[in-house]
Amino acid sequence: MSRIGKIARRTFLVGSATLVGGVAFGYFMYKRPVANPLLDDLAEDAAALTPYVKIDASGITLITPRADSGQGAYSVQAALIAEELDVTLEQIRVDPGMPSPAYYNTALSAEAAPFRSTDESFVASSARGVMDAMLKFMGLQITGGSTTVPDSFEKLRLAGAVARETLKAAAAQQSGVSVADLKTANGAVELPDGTTLSYVSLAPIAATLDPVNDVTLRDPATWRLVGKEMERIDIVAKSTGTQGYGIDFEIDGMVHASVRTNPRRGGNMVSYDASAAEAMRGVQKVVPITGGVAVVADNTWRAIQAVNAIEIEWGDAPYPSEMDGHWAALSDSFTQDALDTRKRDEGDVEAALEGADVIEAEYRAPYLAHAPLEPISATVRVTDARVDVWTGTQIPRFVQTNVAKITGYDADDVHVHVQVMGGSFGHRLEDRVVKEAAEIAMELRGTPVKLTYSREEDMTHNDTRQIAMARGRGAVRDGKVEAYDLGIAMPSVVASQMGRQGLPVPGPDLQIVAGAWEQPMSIPNYRVSGYRAPELAPITSWRAVGASTNGFFHDVFLDELIHAAGADPMEERMRLCWHDPSRKTLEAVAEMSGWGAPLPAGKGRGVAFCMSFGVPVAEVVEVTNTDSGIRIDKVWVAAEVGTVVDPVNFENIVQGGIVWALGHAMNAEVTYSDGMVDQMNYYDYEGMRMYQAPEIMVRGLENGDHVRGMGEPMVPPAAAALSNAIFAATGQRIREMPMNKFIDFV
Amino acid sequence: MKLTVNGTSHDIDVEDDMPLLWVLRDELGIKGVKYGCGVAQCGACTVHIDGVAVRSCQTFAGDVDGEVTTIEGLGTPETLHAVQEAWIAHQVAQCGYCQSGQIMQAASLLSDIPNPSDADIDEAMSGNLCRCGTYTRIRAAVKTAATKLQEV
Repeated sequence: MSRIGKIARRTFLVGSATLVGGVAFGYFMYKRPVANPLLDDLAEDAAALTPYVKIDASGITLITPRADSGQGAYSVQAALIAEELDVTLEQIRVDPGMPSPAYYNTALSAEAAPFRSTDESFVASSARGVMDAMLKFMGLQITGGSTTVPDSFEKLRLAGAVARETLKAAAAQQSGVSVADLKTANGAVELPDGTTLSYVSLAPIAATLDPVNDVTLRDPATWRLVGKEMERIDIVAKSTGTQGYGIDFEIDGMVHASVRTNPRRGGNMVSYDASAAEAMRGVQKVVPITGGVAVVADNTWRAIQAVNAIEIEWGDAPYPSEMDGHWAALSDSFTQDALDTRKRDEGDVEAALEGADVIEAEYRAPYLAHAPLEPISATVRVTDARVDVWTGTQIPRFVQTNVAKITGYDADDVHVHVQVMGGSFGHRLEDRVVKEAAEIAMELRGTPVKLTYSREEDMTHNDTRQIAMARGRGAVRDGKVEAYDLGIAMPSVVASQMGRQGLPVPGPDLQIVAGAWEQPMSIPNYRVSGYRAPELAPITSWRAVGASTNGFFHDVFLDELIHAAGADPMEERMRLCWHDPSRKTLEAVAEMSGWGAPLPAGKGRGVAFCMSFGVPVAEVVEVTNTDSGIRIDKVWVAAEVGTVVDPVNFENIVQGGIVWALGHAMNAEVTYSDGMVDQMNYYDYEGMRMYQAPEIMVRGLENGDHVRGMGEPMVPPAAAALSNAIFAATGQRIREMPMNKFIDFV
Repeated sequence: MKLTVNGTSHDIDVEDDMPLLWVLRDELGIKGVKYGCGVAQCGACTVHIDGVAVRSCQTFAGDVDGEVTTIEGLGTPETLHAVQEAWIAHQVAQCGYCQSGQIMQAASLLSDIPNPSDADIDEAMSGNLCRCGTYTRIRAAVKTAATKLQEV
């Protein structure tokens, strides 16, 4: 391979091809090329046509750098590349690749910029572009914020098209037939005489060519895969027990570790006595680590038993030891000094409330654990030459950097192998388990160490969802909502999460008001204020982040005002909604549920709306007030996502997200006593089980011109729709989660 | 002690009180059976002993007195069990981590009650937690598998 050719290919992604891609990259302030990481260890005669497509003698590999925690992300990413590359999903392998700046997440920054998703003005677009550039400099390869589809939608199809055209150029060179006369299908180039040249056979020639970057994306009307029902590429493995997860990882000579660190999060370990543990069968070593102690043994169970046999004295927590103190910190934050943002301030709320019959309400949402079913784990091996890490993570670049710091190796010598995840919901945006595994592995150089958390250690050391409180004041006039004033107080999720990565985040935190301030509603006097509470217990992104609490606050308070006005909850929301694609979600869910039809006694329906991550979602929940409590019968969901990439996966993810949101709203909370999490396992942190699961009907709307991701936006309206339905069925208004503190469920 | 798993007999040297879950995973390398909670609250570790679903995390190695079947013994990608076929047809799995246990529980249910009602399904399956919330599809897949098994 010539040096010049190599350099040209290295600069593919953010060089010329991205400009061909058009608007998504058009407003970068700089065009610094980023290397194609696949070229680093490429075998002779193998071609890495873009950072996303690798072809060698063994076949075609598509790189899917966004992590799959269960949402089908690998399948969706592969389908987008395969659509343009003209291969079937049976002909390819997927590989998450190694951490690289080439795989930075563009879409995440689009929602981080302080503009409403509905705001397409020049200023908003430009600001999103600046955020984008910053994120690119930082090289954040993050899976989160429902960004996999928006980030990938154009980029991966473009990658597939560049690879296809480059293979055609190779076929032209080999056959002498002009490119214009060549076709592609099923992983091969077809000559006019019917001869087929497989991509694999063309790879050695393609590797010597400069990529053909002048490509045009296909007309959606011709798509074979996108928008059609697809079989997930992992579905057979996940139905036969043959899918390997991080916790299943095995390598020769591996030992097993388990840890206990201070359950008063962030507190120190005063002393420990491991004499009983050291005498237990299979125990090889006791290793003190930051804030706690680890046991290394020959078996996972023996490691967990032994670490639990260590007697430890823990230091104090750096936050209030009881919940009263946490709630007081929030309650005391509704002050001018703590005002973080007031980006929605229309009309004159104070004047409108003056002399009016003011309706007031206070709402609360608890800390919540992610508790994915696969407990967190990480395997680390430190040798003289390099460090290898095998773990399920959403943040491989942070993992690489942090392990480099702990071990003293260059980041380039730290190899992160991302494993399939048994759920995440935000849990694997944290990397403490990897840091601890690295600390242990440094004490056993040459030996691979797999650290597995017990469920109890995982549950009590979960960086939780934020705790939050809201206060609403409002007024109605002539059957309409006239004034709406909502203040929300919570600690900053972004500061807590990024703080653990050593990244300062200056300025206000829009997550404090996400799911509330940017709602496409016109109310004559309308204000949403964010109040920043002090940092309390460690918190992080939990499915839908700020909107997971704020969607509940914003819509339930709106429902209270609508009822006070005597208006119909559906019609008044439609009247207030100025954004056409959003109003269509309300219209769809009204039609699907037959809103307005008379209901039998004891039944009630609630509607709720929330736009989050750029996705407007309307939901109707139907409940029955039975002798043994509230039963949720049915849920209808309509969501505007621009394009539904895979209808089956879309329905499954939305149904699952509704179960997630309702189950936690009904049954779950994380609380602290004596500075420690009270909940230990699924017996006291249950979420939803099958007997409580309703029927869930889903419709994806495609009216908008932006492709959006659906990992999270179904979550924010669900708890609100449930509260609104319970009010309709019983007259009881529930303003705090979990709702089972106030009402029984079947 | 001796242990028969998926038709193969093994000699193992472990503590009597080591849970079957960890014997399977760490001693025999059978990884389809999953650790979720360790206290019989989630069902991810469900296996069959003589055809009946048990939680392997709460079954001591010393107490196993029958043949153990794990998901690997129920069916393979090449020779699927009817329950696995139904799970694939309905594309049940998201993260998939609970699904080995769900499938083993469903297979046990269907051998007890070949044509289960919705209430039977809810009762038999509510001990198996799915954090991704695939319950709608699990219900449908159990019914499809029931139909298929009755046709045979």
